[in-house]
Amino acid sequence: MVTKSKTSETETKIVSSTVWSAGAGCHGGCGVNLHIKDGELVKVEGQESHPYNQGTLCPRALALPEYVHHKDRLMHPLIRRGERGTNTFEQATWEEALDLIQNRMNESRDKYGPESSIFVQGTGRDVGGWLVFLAYNFGSPNWMQALPGNSCYHPRLLSMKVAIGDFVVPDNSQCHVDRYDNSEWKLPECYMIWGQNPVATCNDGNHGHWIIECLKRGSKFIVIDPNYTWLASRAKLWLPIRPGTDGALALGMLNVIISEELYDHKFVEKWTTGFDELRERAKEYPVERVSEITWIDKDLIVEAARMYAKAKPAALQWGVPIDFAPEGFTVAQAINHLWCITGNVENPGGQIVAKPAFGVTSYPMGQDAIEAMYGPMMPKEQQAKRIGVDDFPIVRDLHWRAQPDATIDQMLSGKPYPVKSTFVAGSNFVVAAQDPYRWREAFEGMDFNVVVDLFMTPTAMAIADVVLPSSSFTERDGVRAWWSPLTAQHPALRVGECRSDAEICFELAGRFNKDFQFESLDDLYRFYLKPSGLSLEEVRERNWIMPPQGSDAMPYKRHEKGLLRPDGEPGFNTPSGKIELKSSMMENWSYDPLPFYTEPDYSPVSRPDLVEKYPLILNTGSRTIAFFHSEHRQIKSLRDMNPDPTVELNPETAKEYGIEDKDWIWIENQFGKCKMRVKLSPVHPKIVMAQHSWWFPEKVYEKDYGAYESNVNVLIPGELYSKTGFGGSQVKSLMCQISRVETE
Amino acid sequence: MASNGLWIDIEFCTGCLACEVACRYEHGFAIEEFGIKVVEQVLNGGQTFNFVPIPTDLCDLCVSRTAKGNLKPACVQHCLAQVMEYGKLTDLVKRMEEKPRSTLWSPKPRKADRKPFASAAA
Ligand code: SF4
Ligand code: SF4
Ligand code: SF4
Repeated sequence: MVTKSKTSETETKIVSSTVWSAGAGCHGGCGVNLHIKDGELVKVEGQESHPYNQGTLCPRALALPEYVHHKDRLMHPLIRRGERGTNTFEQATWEEALDLIQNRMNESRDKYGPESSIFVQGTGRDVGGWLVFLAYNFGSPNWMQALPGNSCYHPRLLSMKVAIGDFVVPDNSQCHVDRYDNSEWKLPECYMIWGQNPVATCNDGNHGHWIIECLKRGSKFIVIDPNYTWLASRAKLWLPIRPGTDGALALGMLNVIISEELYDHKFVEKWTTGFDELRERAKEYPVERVSEITWIDKDLIVEAARMYAKAKPAALQWGVPIDFAPEGFTVAQAINHLWCITGNVENPGGQIVAKPAFGVTSYPMGQDAIEAMYGPMMPKEQQAKRIGVDDFPIVRDLHWRAQPDATIDQMLSGKPYPVKSTFVAGSNFVVAAQDPYRWREAFEGMDFNVVVDLFMTPTAMAIADVVLPSSSFTERDGVRAWWSPLTAQHPALRVGECRSDAEICFELAGRFNKDFQFESLDDLYRFYLKPSGLSLEEVRERNWIMPPQGSDAMPYKRHEKGLLRPDGEPGFNTPSGKIELKSSMMENWSYDPLPFYTEPDYSPVSRPDLVEKYPLILNTGSRTIAFFHSEHRQIKSLRDMNPDPTVELNPETAKEYGIEDKDWIWIENQFGKCKMRVKLSPVHPKIVMAQHSWWFPEKVYEKDYGAYESNVNVLIPGELYSKTGFGGSQVKSLMCQISRVETE
Repeated sequence: MASNGLWIDIEFCTGCLACEVACRYEHGFAIEEFGIKVVEQVLNGGQTFNFVPIPTDLCDLCVSRTAKGNLKPACVQHCLAQVMEYGKLTDLVKRMEEKPRSTLWSPKPRKADRKPFASAAA
């Protein structure tokens, strides 16, 4: 939608669009007005009429003009001419670059089979949908997220999928256009925040400040976090947990709720199976034991469990530390059971099932969705070559991506079949993956690597043979249903020769697949929109459309109305039709069907032998609103908010080590060391809380932009710690030592 | 005499810094310039944990937006926690009475005739 307004000198064009990263670096979908003057983005504003953000906006989206017109943006395709990793890129035309990619990847496909090419993304924002489209048109089942253990939301997603048949999110009235004033919605009486900082992030499609609105309106908060965050300071209860022990805490709370008969008897009886077995399992976690494991006072655990269970309704927001816990899958299962046994499923102000608006899939979130979209494109025997299917039944039966740890192993070993080329988009794993050296080595061994990004990154610098310049969301069109409302993106300007991921993947898909069925991107968007019955023109014109109440994308009580199962019967989309507290799918796969706790591999409990050398607990990845993972370090308005790689220390701990505020310190363990700058804060005294994925775009003369000096990921082992293949890259719970950096 | 001001609820300001950036882009300030600056206040063993946004003397209360009538100041509109209000000081004083742990500002732009650190603050 474009409107024009006359300002003093030149005309400003205002394009109304919807955030879908790149740019803001989030999973959210804020409505924005892009102010364009002389072909440049000069200002970004929130759209007041948009139900998602109601006019508000974060600093990252507000600073987009700096991002879009940054001097370091990649403007042209680049082809490497000299040795890999030595910055010998030369500008090329799109035709040259695409021809080269087509030839090299076709060669690899002819020689080693399509599965020998892998398609790699970073965190799952906009690019994943395009990569799977490209991968399937190329003929490879190996679409992958560059993250050990798939440890970002996927353990949580899949554990909900096996228990509930769908996945649920806290209800902040996001499905109602009138939001908090809606009469059907209820304010959560209790809001439990589990390992997440909603102030700094809008994770997994949830806008963080929706939760703050509930706080303002009177929800009582429980915050589970080793750090005393601002939200913890405003909470009724703060549970400073020992990192990595979330599974024990959840089981302990389940035990309190069940043994004190605080669960929702009616809901449990009518809609769940396996309750008795869960009761028995939970008994193994009496509060004394849980207190000992988690370091949380036992009365506090009991009080929190009671408060959550008694509140009607109660909402729960959780974060990525759950995925990172050892066996993250089962930790998520335990927390999931908290809302299930308290009847906080599909109720106003509890957890609601997230379904794409109007049944539109713009980013397939399951094997079933991919099959529904592109199924006939890839025969079953080809799909069976997805890396990880042999070792991980969840990858085989449920998940839709190659298992990352198995993929890295296979890239290094060439077994059972060789991996030869990669297409990487929106991932900076040389900085962002655990054990980055191993990742770099795996990609260095490839015959051919393509990297698509907006800026030159350490990853592109280290491994790319061809670099393609991608665009921000302000430069591209699209439709998105993640979840509601259905939204449109509109190109407001062009920058350099940049092309969107959609354009790049669409063009290449057409080159790779001789039976390619789409004439244009619009054609493809129409294909996506088919289930909605809406025309592309209407979606573009209206910018966002909330599905009508009563449709299957809208809450509440859909299990009673038969809106969750494909057969239209009441119940949940699981084998038994009920919420499976004891999972029949897990049982079939020979996994423990009930939640359990495992101790982190490197902790004072599991490795007392290391305590003397590494007495402190290393917890990494605390968020700041200034950045998303490895992004935004070159955006000055944002970097100024957080100029240095920051590690938070309790003042007592600092004193003990002779460290002062703003000192640079070494953080060190058996795997590596890095240098960060101290911020004294009310974090737990035993915990060293470090930001992650630091590199320095300004250090152009250093190898890979100084990607290893302040990158805490070099202290994190790359092995997999989960039997399911989901969860357990232990970035939240390791052991370490600290010391002041002595200036020479 | 000043008649309008900014009311800010300190209890719920999350320190998200949207106000700083929104203000900068609304006025075309340089990146080193601030019309409003948020100060972190973690004191008394962490018992006090507040963010306090303070308008600078570049703040003109977004006169070009508010003069048009229906536009709120850029910071007020974008504030992620929606803790700011713009209006008549006399009305905003009532907001302070209703809502403790809040502040009220009566900003007035001041043209600086000296910029001793001009190189750092363009
Ligand atoms: S981070 Fe949040 S506020 Fe910013 S654009 Fe994304 S969803 Fe919107
Ligand atoms: S009122 Fe306008 S000028 Fe003043 S701080 Fe807010 S955005 Fe800046
Ligand atoms: S935008 Fe609002 S919540 Fe954020 S720092 Fe400014 S006043 Fe506080």
